[in-house]
Amino acid sequence: MTQATFRVWRGDGTKGEFRDYTTGIVPGMVVLDAIHQIQATQATDLACRWNCKAGKCGSCSAEINGKPRLMCMTRLNELPIDEPVTVEPMRAFPPIRDLVTDVSWNFEAKKKIKPFKPRTPDAPDGTWRMAQADVDRVQEFRKCIECFLCQDVCHVLRDHAMHAQFIGPRFLTYAAALEMHPLDAEDRVSELRNLHGIGYCNITRCCTTVCPEHITITENAIIPLKERVVDRFYDPVSRLLRVFRG
Amino acid sequence: MNYETHEYDVLVVGAGGAGLRAAIEASAGGATVGLLCKSLLGKAHTVMAEGGIAAALANVDDRDSWKVHFADTMRGGQNVNNWRMAEIHAREAPDRVRELEAWGAVFDRTTDGRILQRNFGGHRYPRLAHVGDRTGLEMIRTLQDHGIHRGMDVHMEFTVVAVLTSDGRAAGVFGYERERGRFKLFRAGAVILATGGLGRAYRITSNSWEGTGDGHSLAYRAGAELIDMEFIQFHPTGMIWPPSVQGILVTEGVRGEGGILLNKEGRRFMFDEIPEPYRNQTADNEEEGWRYTQGDKAARRPPELLTRDHVARCINREVKEGRGSEHGGVFLDISWIRKRMANAEDHIRRKLPSMYHQFKQLADIDITKEPMEVGPTTHYAMGGVFVDAETQMSTVPGLFAAGECAAGINGANRLGGNSLSDLLVFGKRAGEHAAAFARANSRPTADEAQIERAASEALAPFEPGRTENPYAIQHDLQDAMQRLVGIVRIEDEMREALGVLEDLKRRATAAAVHGHREYNPGWHTALDLGHLLTVSEAITRCAIERKESRGGHFREDYPEKAAEFGTMNIVVRQAAGGAMELRRIPIPAMPAELKQVIEEQSK
Repeated sequence: MTQATFRVWRGDGTKGEFRDYTTGIVPGMVVLDAIHQIQATQATDLACRWNCKAGKCGSCSAEINGKPRLMCMTRLNELPIDEPVTVEPMRAFPPIRDLVTDVSWNFEAKKKIKPFKPRTPDAPDGTWRMAQADVDRVQEFRKCIECFLCQDVCHVLRDHAMHAQFIGPRFLTYAAALEMHPLDAEDRVSELRNLHGIGYCNITRCCTTVCPEHITITENAIIPLKERVVDRFYDPVSRLLRVFRG
Repeated sequence: MNYETHEYDVLVVGAGGAGLRAAIEASAGGATVGLLCKSLLGKAHTVMAEGGIAAALANVDDRDSWKVHFADTMRGGQNVNNWRMAEIHAREAPDRVRELEAWGAVFDRTTDGRILQRNFGGHRYPRLAHVGDRTGLEMIRTLQDHGIHRGMDVHMEFTVVAVLTSDGRAAGVFGYERERGRFKLFRAGAVILATGGLGRAYRITSNSWEGTGDGHSLAYRAGAELIDMEFIQFHPTGMIWPPSVQGILVTEGVRGEGGILLNKEGRRFMFDEIPEPYRNQTADNEEEGWRYTQGDKAARRPPELLTRDHVARCINREVKEGRGSEHGGVFLDISWIRKRMANAEDHIRRKLPSMYHQFKQLADIDITKEPMEVGPTTHYAMGGVFVDAETQMSTVPGLFAAGECAAGINGANRLGGNSLSDLLVFGKRAGEHAAAFARANSRPTADEAQIERAASEALAPFEPGRTENPYAIQHDLQDAMQRLVGIVRIEDEMREALGVLEDLKRRATAAAVHGHREYNPGWHTALDLGHLLTVSEAITRCAIERKESRGGHFREDYPEKAAEFGTMNIVVRQAAGGAMELRRIPIPAMPAELKQVIEEQSK
């Protein structure tokens, strides 16, 4: 059986180190399989998150050979296995243990966004009518599996740790899904500017590149929201009108 | 003993579709609510549901109604369902789906802008509200995003060790938070179990690590009865190659969109055997089957859309008789629709995006161009906590159950799409009635001895001198259940399984954990073993008891249905001495109006 070496981060909230594990591999294996094999036979306390093993739940996010990816969707045959494969936790979040990080900030960030508020129903039976063409773009955003890889790679969070000022690409996409929902009657534009820090995004597209669901985060979600903010707060004509209207 | 205490009116264990819906409803009823998640919020197994939510909205075919849905569910369950649950489910599912839309869910649309519905196995008309093939994700996210603004406390990555009781009433739960391994006591006026399934008792399964039968086993240990445990659904289409993806689900939606099953000779073998109750509803030629999938109301269903138990057995037969694929499955082909449809490749990618992605990335197969290799995978437990149809309360007062860990609605076989609607309908009812129960009764206090016992059981794997690897025990258990209590069962093998389980129980008492209590997966695996062993024993004993073949339960030594078993369910509970005790209970007579519905619909 072919053998491969995995250089896995072992550590807790304060310190850690890479440790090498060698394990047999078979065709079709993904990184998560190798981690499970190591866990079952060599390091029973190796901590990692996983659930569906099919790219649908977004639990097994990690950095594989330095790239933020889902372990369950990373095939070993895409990696150079003649050298050690490094597997480490997402670095934009505080470490808990081994590959597990504290992602609780994300749940707090989401809670701050105003929830969905539907318009009055269209039909007497309390239902609405929406055309498929009008829901297509929202459905793209709703594919998000909340793996937080986009948050992990975003330099505003990762390098500048501006978690208090900026909700990150995941929640800008979430806000976009609400703002562009055909039934939604809420207005989140001023919060996007003042509370959620949309201005910090300087559209480097890193989030879009790593998204395992291939959501075009930057162009389809963030830029249209930036345009709404600009229209509302920075358009010279409407600024002038606001002066007159008070 | 050190532990932190939390108090709620209603405590919900499990945060998939049923748990979230229950928590939302209990909050709406004015209760304080705690929600315990085994994983992070939003990662529960509901996200894996693909095909859709069954509800007789009649948006696509106006001949549909709750009556047709009810009759389909009873027929699919081979009439051993709890008919009252099947009735409630069929009547209330449409409102529960519309409610999701009001909370922000974005389903695929009909041309006139309503919720689109698709065909699925065993459903007479297109009935599944869906979003491509990621309906479960849409549902859990909608409930999650709605729920977090409803004032409930969410405790993530929490392991429940025991349901506590006081004078035979549920009093709360005891367990530990995974991050630091610290114990917590949750006192509650009512407890709702919504822990999902038990597929991890088998080697080939579509279930994640969470599906270890926790709710089944916690309820059993707290004195509640379980019912229908012999009925396990083996989904006909799981991935089989490469080995690492074995068991991962391939949605029935593939067949709903026109996908066909072929053996290695290229024969569409599903036409070879059509069960009697479905004969006059099933197409007898390929042309008619295709027209059905394309919405021709005069056409009958293709045989690929027969119930899951039947399709799984047909696949099994093809493989056993040497007509299977290279890796021991059959072929599921959606690419053939290119012959019938312009832009077929785009259509497939639009209707089945995650299947396209899953096969492309994990198996190097382009499903728009070539067939998939599939075989049966352990998918769903029809059996579970025995609950009251109206309230979802178990036989232990104050202990409720909803979703997959509860039983009754599905009988011997669940129809695809009925699970998501079950979660919504009975999750809501459990939340409502648990809140009412907590309001009407004082909050009980569990004695300290129970808490001490739960804590010492939880810590036992850390004791020195233990040598067994918990992962190895789990592996051996899965292997035994797969081999001996799988899709085709026979008494001798099941007796052998009981022996293996006894041996594994002994080994489990020596399961060792390395390291400390902080986020230690070896510890969780060791504790899950207890649940897996309990549910495996219940499945095996009940399967021995039911000496006939019905739905998901197929006995090679009793291959036919037996009338005496058609009027009863098997119930299991823990006897005073700790042994597992089985008894048969008669199914209550169905009221005349429901009988009439079934008669009308069987024409």
